[in-house]
Amino acid sequence: MAARRLKDNALTIYSILSLVVIAIPLLHIIATTLINGAQSLTPEFFTSLPKPPGEEGGGVANAIQGTAILVALTMLISVPAALLTAIYLSEFPESRLRDLIRLLNDTFMGTPSIVAGVFAYTLLVTKFGFSALAGAFALSVLAVPMMVKTMEEALKLVPTDIREAGLSLGIRHWRVVTSIVLRTAMPAIASGVLLTVARISGETAPLLFTAFGNPNFATGILEPVSALPLMIYVYAISPYPDWHRKAWGASLVLMIAVLTINLITKYKLRRR
Amino acid sequence: MKRARGDRVFWLLAFFSSLSVIVMFTLLFYELLSNSVPIWKDGMSFITGMVWDPLKGLFGAFPFIYGTLLTATFAILLSTFLGVGIAIFLSEIAPSSLRVIISSIIELIAAIPSVIIGLWGIFVLAPFVRDNLQPLLQHLSFIPLFSGKTLSGLSMLTAILVLTFMVTPIVAAIAREALLMVPEDLKEALYSLGATRYEVVRHVCIPYARQGIFGGVILGYGRALGETMAVTMVIGNTPSISASILNPGYTMAAVIANEFTEATGDVYLSALIGIALLLLLISLAVNLVGRMIVWKWQQEG
Amino acid sequence: MKKGMKMTSIAILISLALLFAGCAGGGEGERITITGAGATFPYPLIAKWADEYDKITGGKVSINYQSIGSGGGIRQITAKTVDFGASDAPMKPEEFEKAKGILHIPETIGAVVIAYNLPIEGRLKLSGEVLADIYLGKITRWNDRRIAELNPDIELPDKEIIVVKRADGSGTTFIFTDYLSSVSKEWEEKVGRGKVFSFPEAIGNRGVQAKGNEGVTAVIKQNPYSIGYIELAYAIQNDVSFALLKNKAGNFVDANVGTVAAAAASAAGKLPRGDESWYGVSIVNADGENAYPIASFSYILVYKDLDYMPEQKAKALVEFLKWMVTDGQKYAEALHYVPLPEEVMERNLETISMIKW
Repeated sequence: MAARRLKDNALTIYSILSLVVIAIPLLHIIATTLINGAQSLTPEFFTSLPKPPGEEGGGVANAIQGTAILVALTMLISVPAALLTAIYLSEFPESRLRDLIRLLNDTFMGTPSIVAGVFAYTLLVTKFGFSALAGAFALSVLAVPMMVKTMEEALKLVPTDIREAGLSLGIRHWRVVTSIVLRTAMPAIASGVLLTVARISGETAPLLFTAFGNPNFATGILEPVSALPLMIYVYAISPYPDWHRKAWGASLVLMIAVLTINLITKYKLRRR
Repeated sequence: MKRARGDRVFWLLAFFSSLSVIVMFTLLFYELLSNSVPIWKDGMSFITGMVWDPLKGLFGAFPFIYGTLLTATFAILLSTFLGVGIAIFLSEIAPSSLRVIISSIIELIAAIPSVIIGLWGIFVLAPFVRDNLQPLLQHLSFIPLFSGKTLSGLSMLTAILVLTFMVTPIVAAIAREALLMVPEDLKEALYSLGATRYEVVRHVCIPYARQGIFGGVILGYGRALGETMAVTMVIGNTPSISASILNPGYTMAAVIANEFTEATGDVYLSALIGIALLLLLISLAVNLVGRMIVWKWQQEG
Repeated sequence: MKKGMKMTSIAILISLALLFAGCAGGGEGERITITGAGATFPYPLIAKWADEYDKITGGKVSINYQSIGSGGGIRQITAKTVDFGASDAPMKPEEFEKAKGILHIPETIGAVVIAYNLPIEGRLKLSGEVLADIYLGKITRWNDRRIAELNPDIELPDKEIIVVKRADGSGTTFIFTDYLSSVSKEWEEKVGRGKVFSFPEAIGNRGVQAKGNEGVTAVIKQNPYSIGYIELAYAIQNDVSFALLKNKAGNFVDANVGTVAAAAASAAGKLPRGDESWYGVSIVNADGENAYPIASFSYILVYKDLDYMPEQKAKALVEFLKWMVTDGQKYAEALHYVPLPEEVMERNLETISMIKW
């Protein structure tokens, strides 16, 4: 009996310790980012361009613009592609081809983000130079498989009766899918899209040799752009204390954005 | 007729976008393969080569493969141990009022971008490893694993810890979901026979949920293998093969991140693209193997 | 709730699109962006130029320079993914062959200093031979007899030396290894000159690599008992101590504008034409009582034929280059770079006049 109780207590201690061991560093990361980042959050931080190294002041407006451009472009490329693919996978009859596409898509989800950057470099940058578009392409390589997966699951959750009812009323197949199935699945689809936005807006590796960085505002999508995570990386490994402060500030902005999107998604989903 | 046309256009659109998955997949391999041709001329010697010295034209990828596998494997072992513990806490032990809050926080934390964790790694974790953890581990220096010494705190150990912090929330979240799927009546039945919580977890929950847990572990392993930024920032970037995790190392993703834009010479560039191809293959293989094991269990169960 | 969700996501997408459109439309008129990449060595100076030039042109021309390393500068300009490259090392003959019609334009002169992080009073003194042996792994501790002989007045700590080098292809590394090769036979044979090198085995776990001048500076600042080589401006801006070096004449000299200019004076008058190969141009270990021994030109790399880019852009690029080698030079000294001597400036204007578009 004593041995049994001992094992029982050991289990409790093990599980609580696991939580503590992981919670301390992770909460420390959040706290450090909050404390170090809060000092740099002035209005100037959001509206000005960076100063040359060694000069104090300036902001990260270029990186905020860059991240917005990259995220918008990526969504423009990947939402339609992913949605149509998910529709093909869930709304049309099963076939070998579909199994293959599903398998490839699942496999694709394991693509390391740096490899997506290399891919975009050899495919686009060598021909058209560094650009926001190349960065968005690299991000899309990561975004599409994630979205196909969540969208297909979302579509599959729509009860089959709804489709059959629609079809039996003589409504065309494409109308059934677009106006009935999609509408029903919309909250789940939207949350998948938002989570993907949160995920890719924090990606650095695919942008290193595609979007490349830019100390000014970009004026077109064929120009290099900066991005918050890119800027954090460059500033973090720099020797300038002022840049370190900016890296923490940018981290705080990015973290708040990413966590807010996650919270919105979660909150809305729970209330569904 | 009109009806058929609308549906056909719809089908064509969906069909061609899903074909794009196949096209992109093929293109990805084609690009990586065709751009790394020069390095495969000597075949396996690229993979088994121990020396990476671009100045002398020596391109051996093994130090990076070693660093990647070593850090990711240690990290996933730690993450599995801790993640399962957390999942058990959240599904079996914690009072129900705490469960939702803690698991939400863990899921949120899993979303923190890796570059932020790397930033923290440079300024907080590396000095901590150097000044606090290392003196402790030096008592174990008779074990080769801890025989080295990091003077800067930038080491494979630091990378392993950073990866563990990133991957554990993922493993924990998925393992928790798997544990929640264990039928309540199964557990109740054992409890009513007088079983302790340990026995229920050991004999019912874990066997029942092992598939799901394993799925989470594989997902986490894939993530750890391909993680770039946080690792590049803390591992010390030294292409040596050392048994001690207190020494600096290098990973495949990190060497690409550091050297890709500046590789001069066709062979150098093709070597880096070759490493990207190897990294892709390893990640995809891990993914596939994991999927097959889960699939096999599904067949058996 | 369904509706709320949809509205939220639509709102987010629309605001992103608006932000995007706003930015895209923000550049009024013909704003030209010139993209350059390469050496981290002149990065602070080029960033300063970009900032000033933006003001001079009223925001019409913006320069985007990314410091990715000299190797990267050569690679990216060869692949024409950027409009100009920058490198601290002249192109090697085989690189020069591949980039047909490339021009070398020295835009500034810089010095590489030996930075250290030591709790000592006074300045550390080093000689080329001792430095080579530290990087060969033959000298492992700070209180080594040979370091102590050079520094009789300093109490050196009994600690291992953390040796830092660049992880990326770097012109700073080229200048450094060029110098070590010129003072140490053993270094020349075992390691050699190059934009990258590998730590000799003897360094073992004392070696750390970091990306960029920025990265090496950061590692040195964070780690007591470390040593590394960085560009002078990085050391001064970041308050990192650096050693006095014994030059060819046998004097221990500090790195500053005067001593580096003295080194450059040794090379002026025997420079190649802009469209010729500059391989072999070196001002390390220069003669002169007061010459600092680890100095180098840093080069802008640009093509003679700019017909591959829009005419507007080509014109703007040429104008910027002209400004850079003339008026722009006045910003060099404040950032601890050495302004170009008269002869070099004239050579550069000749070179720029070769550019066609």
